[in-house]
Amino acid sequence: MSDPREMVTVLIMGEAYEVPAGSTIIMAMEYAGFQLKKGVGCREGFCGACATVYRLKGDYKLRGGLACQTVVSDGMTLAQIPFVPAEKPLYDIQNLTPDINAIKVLFPTVFRCVACNTCTKACPQEIKVMDYIQALKRGDIAKAADLSFDCIRCGLCALRCPAEIVQYNAATLAQRLYGRYLAKRSPELEDRIAEIKAGKYQAELDELSSLKKEDLSQRYYKREIKL
Amino acid sequence: MYPDYMLESIHKVEQTRPERLEIARRLGKQIYPAMTGPEREAILSRFHPDYKPDSRRAVRVGVNKGENLTSEIADLLESYSRIKPEQFDLKKWDLETDVLIIGAGSAGMSAALTAAQQGVQVSLVTKHRLGDSNSMMAQGGIQAATQRDDSPVIHFLDVVGGGHFDNLPALVRALVNDAPESIKWLEELGVMFDKKADGTLLTVAGGGTSRNRMHSARDYTGAAICRVLRDEVYNQPDRIKYLEYTAIVELILDSHKQVIGAIAYHLETKKYSLIKARSIIIATGGFGRLHIQGFETTNHYGATADGLVLAYRAGVKLLYMDSVQYHPTGALFPEQIVGFLCTEKIRSIGAQPVNKDGELFVWPLEPRDVESAAFIRECVERQKGVVTPSGKVGIWLDSPLIDQINGPGFTEKSLPAMLRQYRRFDIDIREFPMLVYPTLHYQNGGVTINDHGETTLPGLYVAGEAAGGIHGRNRLMGNSQLDIIVFGRRSGLHAALRAKKGVKFGKPSLQHVLAYEKEVAELGINPKKIAPILLPDYIPDHVKAKQLTVEYFGNLF
Repeated sequence: MSDPREMVTVLIMGEAYEVPAGSTIIMAMEYAGFQLKKGVGCREGFCGACATVYRLKGDYKLRGGLACQTVVSDGMTLAQIPFVPAEKPLYDIQNLTPDINAIKVLFPTVFRCVACNTCTKACPQEIKVMDYIQALKRGDIAKAADLSFDCIRCGLCALRCPAEIVQYNAATLAQRLYGRYLAKRSPELEDRIAEIKAGKYQAELDELSSLKKEDLSQRYYKREIKL
Repeated sequence: MYPDYMLESIHKVEQTRPERLEIARRLGKQIYPAMTGPEREAILSRFHPDYKPDSRRAVRVGVNKGENLTSEIADLLESYSRIKPEQFDLKKWDLETDVLIIGAGSAGMSAALTAAQQGVQVSLVTKHRLGDSNSMMAQGGIQAATQRDDSPVIHFLDVVGGGHFDNLPALVRALVNDAPESIKWLEELGVMFDKKADGTLLTVAGGGTSRNRMHSARDYTGAAICRVLRDEVYNQPDRIKYLEYTAIVELILDSHKQVIGAIAYHLETKKYSLIKARSIIIATGGFGRLHIQGFETTNHYGATADGLVLAYRAGVKLLYMDSVQYHPTGALFPEQIVGFLCTEKIRSIGAQPVNKDGELFVWPLEPRDVESAAFIRECVERQKGVVTPSGKVGIWLDSPLIDQINGPGFTEKSLPAMLRQYRRFDIDIREFPMLVYPTLHYQNGGVTINDHGETTLPGLYVAGEAAGGIHGRNRLMGNSQLDIIVFGRRSGLHAALRAKKGVKFGKPSLQHVLAYEKEVAELGINPKKIAPILLPDYIPDHVKAKQLTVEYFGNLF
């Protein structure tokens, strides 16, 4: 049976398959007949489950990408990396200090960074990975949390790092330290929680909960919209 | 990049943009009249996919028998088990735990953390990796009435209005009451919400909200929450044991008519095992990968409604499984991202939906079902849609307005995921609009629960998208991220309390599976179907035609 679309040849773990041009790697593997259990997740670039390494025809470079976001090309050769063996130190976030000490204790490998920038080049999210690792070395948690924010934990940085740093786990720590300790708390939020605890809205919610559909509908369409 | 003929339509959008920008500057969010109740009902009945003649049919087995459900759900429920009950020795448990949680998205992980805090042993199983879920993909935000001009009461009204007043009041009440506390809980775990420098939480509107109530973390809100919960689960190995690539395929009941365990299946080794638990929480998410009516979906690969099948076979009623949420803005071009979510936040912060002539035709912030129906009307009835090279029809979401309204750099700061998604295909959404069409997004209904997340089957709890009643027949943006935290925590707490109180186990049984299969057998469906299906099947027909193994022997097939 022939497919009317333009086809390209892709080497999936060394074996050649004809797949429609324009397919993403995930689409190509499924077209070839693979029932994926690993190396596949959200399929929209948010979960980091489908890290893949590949070479393009006639190109010496080993590239990395997300299988759900990378379009195949003729002669591309690829392998999926469904799991990254990586160290993940355990900690109690409620008992840390948001400074360089937490990094020294939990991620000492960060200080092995040789600033080669391989991690940044490997990142499919185009995050400045090396820059946030450098920020962590300086104890600049806020900067590291901000720069690493869009990380989806695909693991490609850690796989390429000659200093054996697990960047994405260090990023998670930085983000949690920032959220827990460095971001200022919202006074409105505290006040609202206190109001709810004091039962301020009980009577009104009781009333709404007991209304018939028609009455509720009337109340709803009369409500003030303040945007 | 867009082909030339599409650029011609984009040119028309550009021509009407200054005028539409002016309207936005003058009127703020109210740039188009909001629909009245009768207008909403009228457009839904004519254009919403749920109202198509064959979209629903009566289910013929189980506790909802005779009730009209979404046809694909009725099909799924009229199915056999993956196992033969007689092959299992129910006296030999492979794992015993206090609380078993099925599904490791944000609902499951919130439940796990909350239960663990009660000092009980938790087992968390997922057929993927920990955290891989729809939760991780949520972009726009999480609702909570935290602002001074808002209140849980106003939030309540918005929720029930969006849900067509079908919501169970006790569940809505729990949702709005726990919302601010849930934001605080997440912040204390280290979730980074968007804030002003002084700590004030930034909020925007969503479709159907009467206040700015959406809290976001750029457009990675779900990921920002889910990765923190996952990290916290990793940090508590003594209390929470997690099993990956492990699906639950049946519940085990006992002679006291309560749930006491589950049958697990490992996707790689294909081994089954028996897990005994004092309480069980289903947090398996939704059903997008069933591709209702052939729609593309925003959902995770594993969104196959497994939890519905488990609970239903065990005799627990489903609620509002006749209602499907189509998100108005699914990507329609380029082909590689068709069906992907274009977050509602894009409209929250100023992008306008316009037709091929650049005309605004609906208020951008109607509830999702209404907004979707308006998009479909524009394409189908009014023929004002834009046709893609593969023949799909959609409307423009005019994203360049965002920076024009809010100032340069705003899109980059607020929508990095969207910007990145389109940049991968050479489209800069700050310069060009996005072509969109409704996409299958959310399971409005689900397993019936009370405000503790409890079902009518003692010992069984449900949290997150798998549960029904909270959102009535249409959920508003940002209330799912909220619901998974609120009901994750509530079910986690009550499941743990039940386990701590002690459970008297009776004789374990899979009789309910046999009885259910007897009902299915009477329908004489051929070929037989098996559920839960666990993963969608995307193998193309030309490959299937050559997959000719008659029966599977051992592991090779």
